[in-house]
Amino acid sequence: MTNGWIDIKNTDMMLIMGGNPAENHPCGFKWPVEAKRQRNAKMIVVDPRFTRTAAVADMFLQIRAGADIAFLGGVVRYAIENQRIAKEYLVNYTNAAFIVKDGFKLPEDGLYSGFNSGTQSYDKSTWNYEESGSGPAPKPVAGAPPPPPSLPPNVAYDLTLENPRCVYQLLKKQYSRYTPEMVERITGIPKDQFIKAADLFTSIRTGGDMQKAGTIIYAVGWTQHTFGSQIIRTAAILQLVLGNVGRAGGGVNALRGHSNIQGATDVAGIFDNLPGYLKVPNPADKDFSGWMARITPKSAKPKEWDSFNYWGNTPRFAVSFLKTMYGDAATKENDWAYSYLPKVDREYSWTHIWDDMYKGKVKGVIAFGMNAVAIGPNSRKTIDALKKSDWLAVCDIYPDETSEFWKSPGITADEMKNIKTEVYRLPGAGFAEKDGTFVNSARWLQWKWAAVPPPGDAKLDQEILARIFLKVRDLYKKEGGAFPDPILNLSWNYTTPQNPSLADVAKELNGRALADVEDKPTQQTMKTGQQLPGFSWLRDDGSTACGNWIWCGSWTEAGALMQRRGTDDPSGLGIYPNWGWSWPMNRRVLYNRASADLNGKPWDPSRRQVWWNEAQKKWVGNDVPDFKVDSAPQDHMGPFIMNPEGVGRLFVPLGGMAEGPFPEHYEPFESPIANPLHPQQSTNPVVKKYQSDLDKYGTPEQGFTVVCTTYRLTEHYHYWTKNNPMNVQLVPEMFVEIPVELAGDLGINGGDKVKVSSARGATYIAKAMVTKRIKPMTIDGKKVYQIGIPIHQGYRGIQEDEGKNARTIVNLLSPTVTDPNAYTPEFKGFLVKLEKA
Amino acid sequence: MSNGTLEIKAISGHAGPVPGRDASRDYGICKVIDVTTCIGCKACEVACLEWNGYPFRETVFDNTYQTMPDLAWNYYNLIRFNEHVAEDGTLSWLMRKDGCMHCADPGCLRACPADGAIVQYANGIVDFNQDHCIGCQYCVTGCPFNIPKFNSETKKVHKCTLCSDRVGAGLEPACIKACPTGCLHFGSKEDMTDLAQNRAKQLREHTSHKNAGVYDPAGVGGTHVIYVLHDIEHPELYGGLPKNPRVPLLVRLWKGPLKWLGNLAITAGILAAAGHYIRFGPKRLDEHQDEDRDEAKKGEPK
Repeated sequence: MTNGWIDIKNTDMMLIMGGNPAENHPCGFKWPVEAKRQRNAKMIVVDPRFTRTAAVADMFLQIRAGADIAFLGGVVRYAIENQRIAKEYLVNYTNAAFIVKDGFKLPEDGLYSGFNSGTQSYDKSTWNYEESGSGPAPKPVAGAPPPPPSLPPNVAYDLTLENPRCVYQLLKKQYSRYTPEMVERITGIPKDQFIKAADLFTSIRTGGDMQKAGTIIYAVGWTQHTFGSQIIRTAAILQLVLGNVGRAGGGVNALRGHSNIQGATDVAGIFDNLPGYLKVPNPADKDFSGWMARITPKSAKPKEWDSFNYWGNTPRFAVSFLKTMYGDAATKENDWAYSYLPKVDREYSWTHIWDDMYKGKVKGVIAFGMNAVAIGPNSRKTIDALKKSDWLAVCDIYPDETSEFWKSPGITADEMKNIKTEVYRLPGAGFAEKDGTFVNSARWLQWKWAAVPPPGDAKLDQEILARIFLKVRDLYKKEGGAFPDPILNLSWNYTTPQNPSLADVAKELNGRALADVEDKPTQQTMKTGQQLPGFSWLRDDGSTACGNWIWCGSWTEAGALMQRRGTDDPSGLGIYPNWGWSWPMNRRVLYNRASADLNGKPWDPSRRQVWWNEAQKKWVGNDVPDFKVDSAPQDHMGPFIMNPEGVGRLFVPLGGMAEGPFPEHYEPFESPIANPLHPQQSTNPVVKKYQSDLDKYGTPEQGFTVVCTTYRLTEHYHYWTKNNPMNVQLVPEMFVEIPVELAGDLGINGGDKVKVSSARGATYIAKAMVTKRIKPMTIDGKKVYQIGIPIHQGYRGIQEDEGKNARTIVNLLSPTVTDPNAYTPEFKGFLVKLEKA
Repeated sequence: MSNGTLEIKAISGHAGPVPGRDASRDYGICKVIDVTTCIGCKACEVACLEWNGYPFRETVFDNTYQTMPDLAWNYYNLIRFNEHVAEDGTLSWLMRKDGCMHCADPGCLRACPADGAIVQYANGIVDFNQDHCIGCQYCVTGCPFNIPKFNSETKKVHKCTLCSDRVGAGLEPACIKACPTGCLHFGSKEDMTDLAQNRAKQLREHTSHKNAGVYDPAGVGGTHVIYVLHDIEHPELYGGLPKNPRVPLLVRLWKGPLKWLGNLAITAGILAAAGHYIRFGPKRLDEHQDEDRDEAKKGEPK
């Protein structure tokens, strides 16, 4: 979230789309309700189904799964057409005025400039800004490869926004095709309903008035598409156009579906990140400085403006990280032990790992606190991959589908005997048995204390991991190996090495001074060994260690700030500055400089977040300013300090996004129609798909005509609450939600067993829930039905063990095809066939 | 919220008689259910079960998100889910937490013939005392909301107690504590009525729910559980909430104008029994019947 849960109470307008907070985040949903009750805020819900969130909304629109970019693009067009835009914000806080290179082409035919149909990839060199006053290009050095394209330090711009190649004009042109008629053809939302929703959402900026704020709230209903990142980008564009980012009650807000998924992401949940979102090195980065040169951006802005370019500090974060990892073994002389870091030579996302195991390349896997067979796409492929693996270790609190993959339905007794995989079950501890922090959707680190000790032989996660690591290290010590150094030199200075306390780990992540460190401007010094108060103290000379720079400041000499439970909220904005600790630096709303106008005065005097204090010559406020505190408004430093431009990106230059600088609507990989915008380029041109014999993709012509979407219920939590009688009582059996009309066509009554199948070949069986809450749709003139399936069914659980359901997993149906930016599979909006079982 | 805490006894910095002294406030308590902010999460159902210590029960899929078709003797709190299509085609999904309304004029209490089996507290809570319940189920007939449920094993009737045990200790009912959206509120009847009326007014003025209103039906003397409904004209859409609930005529007659008839019948019965005794003498039990009675006693809960 750019903002936070509690901040939603400050909003005037909510667009909830690609998320179902009432069902999947019921406790957080109190804040949208609070905004309705206290501010008469309006709530618009757009979803393939009429959900429990829709039940309390002011307006509900049923959208076809996967048509979100078309909808949002249509709203962007509506805002521009009706001049419901934040003009001053747009000109000064976004790249609207920046001029884009000649030769850049919009995807009117579905492709941006630079596409190579042979390699199915883009040359992104035209996806760049025009250099201001650029003289002749520097002479290429003979024989040297051309330097990789980079942003120009001086960007050409036009504050009138009239230059046809300025970002604003290109944006306008890009979404001019997203007319209400086109939105209706793609999304299935009738034109008049769409206009009503667009009018309502943008009404906060009527006449350009800046006082009100609107928020966009989403979850995995947006991410789980082959263009998921681009849906979120479209939302960001809309919020920048409306001037809603950085403001209380505004922002682009991702609701996290697990209690600590934000924390997992922060410490490198994805293969291409290191903790704190540092980009991983690749084999072309020959040394530490080469790596730094590639991943440290240089500011790129109009000459007259200023840019903080905070990622310019990347070397300080990276050296401090390496000092944490390898301690004294990381020295300036050995390039901070850069050679120890794995170099990522290709993609290693979830779907890649399982594809590699299916191909026999990956020999074993540790499934820790997650149910691989059930959560990934194309479960059959995951199960078959596990059959080929040598070993599997599962750490969980229940026997689950993964540890019993060899007993999954359809495997015969004979076949079972031939599965040679050695399976280990490790006795994990439950959430109430562990201490440590959760990082919530609002980026708050909140410490929790163990309620009860783990039962029996169950062990804390860190003990299990520590014991495995120490054993592996012993083996390397005794037997050596190809490259033992990173293992042998890994810093492991915990009080109890066999079972490190999470307090030790949290302190290590925060970081400390390894020598006396002086802060010149304030003349303060941190003594050797002291916990650092913030990431501005990090150094690239080896004098500081910090496991995750964005968490620096969470456990300081003042103690564990994430353990704070202060309930004061002096501003009434729900900031609660002394409750827990939010990264970065306890800022509750990111980019909050943008909550004030060009002169540093809050857009809305009743929701004052930060402002420029002329007497003190610094930024002050109710929130911690997310800005260079002494940068006066006349310096024109951009509020988006993490971008080299200093401003918000309507247009993402160069390699930022795989598909192109502006989001374009592509059809889901399996779609009932050809893309009405450009039928010849229907789906994402750079989508990640797989070629194995189990990776089959379906079409309507093969009889897969029904659009299927999957989701969680309030009453269950993924796959483990089916072991809890209370949850089972609330929803005893899984079901398929089917429109009344489709059920009528197929002669299905509520409670009948139905069979759902997809091109993957497997079937899912459950009972029919016949409902009015999903209506038939007309998509590009064609009648299309959608159905919905909750994800919770499996083959282990109370009902499953008693033989009371079909024991099929919904992900037997979903395809292995992913977003090229975030590698998220398309669990929403794939094609199936529905029959009475 | 114990009685007397809000009665004024003394005030600071004031000469002369204390204004408001001895004036007592309405101590009636009340639960508001604002169905317009209910998300059907069932936290109240779970909290109710856990507080009352009722075990897991088997349920079956019934083409709905609703946990089960009706309340049960050990399931006091059930959210009713109803899909409703308005005349203009607008769909709504109505979720109403169903349970005892704690009527000011409780039909159950009126109907109950067992001494002390149903108690109405001064704060408005209507509570069943199973020790005194004779299992006649007249309360079931007496209730216009179809709330009390009979346990056929113990032959006792149960329903929501409004957590009289928690309220007596100054706590809010368990369902209130669990509700994540603030759809449930608890306080004095006066305050809760204000809160509900203000919310209904807000809905009428700022949303499309022009018929929003507060359900506090006069036919049962008002209730200590009140609803804010999107459409006060059509309470029946929310899973059969009666529009004009009243204590059934028979119960009203029985315990009201016709009570003399009952008394007369009882007197006549006693007289007839006395006459029978005088005429035929005491009834003799044979040994076999005694054994039966002993067997029955063994089965009684200790």
